[in-house]
Amino acid sequence: MVSNNKTYNFFVNFLLATLIVACIIPFWLLFVGSVTSEDYLLQHGYTLFPKEFSFSAYQYLWGAKDSIGRAYLMSIVIASIGVVANIVLTVLFAYPLSHKDLPGRGAISFFLFFTMLFNGGLVPTYMVYTNIINVKDTLAGMIVPYLLMNAFFVIIMRTYFTSSIPGEVLEAARIDGANEVQSLLKIVLPMSKPIIATIALMTLITYWNNWTNGIYFLTTRTDLYGIQNYLNDVMNKASFLQSHMTGLINAKAVPNISVRMAIAVIAVLPLMIAYPFFQKYFVKGITLGSVKG
Amino acid sequence: MEKKTKAPKKRAMTASEKSYQRLRRRRRFIRYLPLYIMLLPGAAYLIINNYLPMAGLLIAFKKVNYSLGLFKSPWVGLSNFKFLFSNSDALIALRNTVLYNLGFILLGNVFAIIVAIALDSAKNRYFKRISQVVYLIPFLLSTVIVSYIVLAFLNPSNGFMNNTILPLFGIDKPIKWYNESKYWPMILNIVFLWMSFGYSSILYYSSVISIDKTYYEAAVVDGASVWQQIIHITLPGIKPTIITLVLLAIGRICYSDFGLFYLIPQHSGLLYSTTQTIDTFVYRALLELNDVGRSSAAGFLQSIMGFIFVLGANMLVSKLDKESALF
Repeated sequence: MVSNNKTYNFFVNFLLATLIVACIIPFWLLFVGSVTSEDYLLQHGYTLFPKEFSFSAYQYLWGAKDSIGRAYLMSIVIASIGVVANIVLTVLFAYPLSHKDLPGRGAISFFLFFTMLFNGGLVPTYMVYTNIINVKDTLAGMIVPYLLMNAFFVIIMRTYFTSSIPGEVLEAARIDGANEVQSLLKIVLPMSKPIIATIALMTLITYWNNWTNGIYFLTTRTDLYGIQNYLNDVMNKASFLQSHMTGLINAKAVPNISVRMAIAVIAVLPLMIAYPFFQKYFVKGITLGSVKG
Repeated sequence: MEKKTKAPKKRAMTASEKSYQRLRRRRRFIRYLPLYIMLLPGAAYLIINNYLPMAGLLIAFKKVNYSLGLFKSPWVGLSNFKFLFSNSDALIALRNTVLYNLGFILLGNVFAIIVAIALDSAKNRYFKRISQVVYLIPFLLSTVIVSYIVLAFLNPSNGFMNNTILPLFGIDKPIKWYNESKYWPMILNIVFLWMSFGYSSILYYSSVISIDKTYYEAAVVDGASVWQQIIHITLPGIKPTIITLVLLAIGRICYSDFGLFYLIPQHSGLLYSTTQTIDTFVYRALLELNDVGRSSAAGFLQSIMGFIFVLGANMLVSKLDKESALF
């Protein structure tokens, strides 16, 4: 765009700046809520600038650090196992498919690709994971269903293998007597670091943000909850309390408003701190989608 | 290579040729064997996670009895579907799913294109970069966190809307957001936009910046205004991206973001008439009401319609723009 139109340029900058504010204000509101005293919140609600400072919410969290800490730890364990397993499966499936001369390659590709077109949905998937392979109330329930392998990433990885690794290099390795496993480990993987990093990052975010597996597959073992399910659970208990002011459950068991906001702040914080460092790969990861696999 | 091996088949092979063929085949097998073994774990996962559930769609035609097991449960024909449509719940969920998706497609794409063009027009490089980085933050968050944020705005007693924003407009009576379904189409559209505009505007932006700059320069020499540049250069330039993104979204018109419709309205039953979608309907029927019949019937219809729409949308994409088609 070439423009010396002052009104237009003003409008452009105004729009972009407004959107920056619109993206940040909600977090600011959460943060201010977490450092405002409970009484003030109850009487006047959320404000953009803290009127009555109080760090009691964070003190409360420090007191409850065992349960929050465990949820955090579970999220880290789930995401680490998930990402490693996902990358291993993806590489192992993508590498054979990158061999143009592999007999049956077309059929195998279709076998993979068809999962992107058609799926059974929640009910049969739930039945498979609770009746045929039982992952209910296990750590595997958080890791295996839906997330372990993504056909789209396999296709992206295969395309990367075929387009960015010169066939001559692999040919030379074979002439030198390298078998397929050796070529994969010694040549292909070291040359594919950028795409592996990008896919690992996208998978990491998916696991970190996932809460649906928790509500589908963890019913009694809430000790396996990651941070997202922990947050969701706190929210449910609080709204239950609000609609049943009958003292059925112990009111003290549910953190108050500022504490809830503080938990949310703590849950978002690591992602926000790390974001500037990985945002380059993140942008690359989401624009992968616009490149045909 | 293949032609060479096929040709000699016409006459009887000599013994040495046969043994040579065998050797070749064995060599080929030994060479490819490790590759096939590598495929096994992924294939096993796809069978468990994707193909078994596809076959499992058939339970929509069964009356599931856990004591008999899934396989021995009796077939009941279409009775689950009759039961599903015995009241209007499922139809409302279907209507909501389609209407929300249409709204998301229209608003989401128009807004993303405006933002992408604005990003391209901004002169300050750092401002541009910061904008892009910040816009993706909402996209990075889990829906659980977003539901906390929305509650901070809409909480009837201490939310930011009722306490700060509405009084600015002279509305002092607090609105009970979570009790009145009429507000939710607007709220969910705004939340959707907030969460996703960064993602889609960056997709469009990468398409906008690939337009050859000399077009704009030539247009300016000819006296084209900003508006004319947008209409005659930018929009035609990103047309393939628009078509692809819109058609792919239409392919998913029977699906909804479960978290958006389940968590953001705080499971408020009063809002079901405008917040229930097929995904929340199936979830609630299966796991909250333990009604396998209805949920499997609704899920079956969603999968089949979803498949038809994906195929249809892709056929259209490949007709309009072969490069952008999924297959």
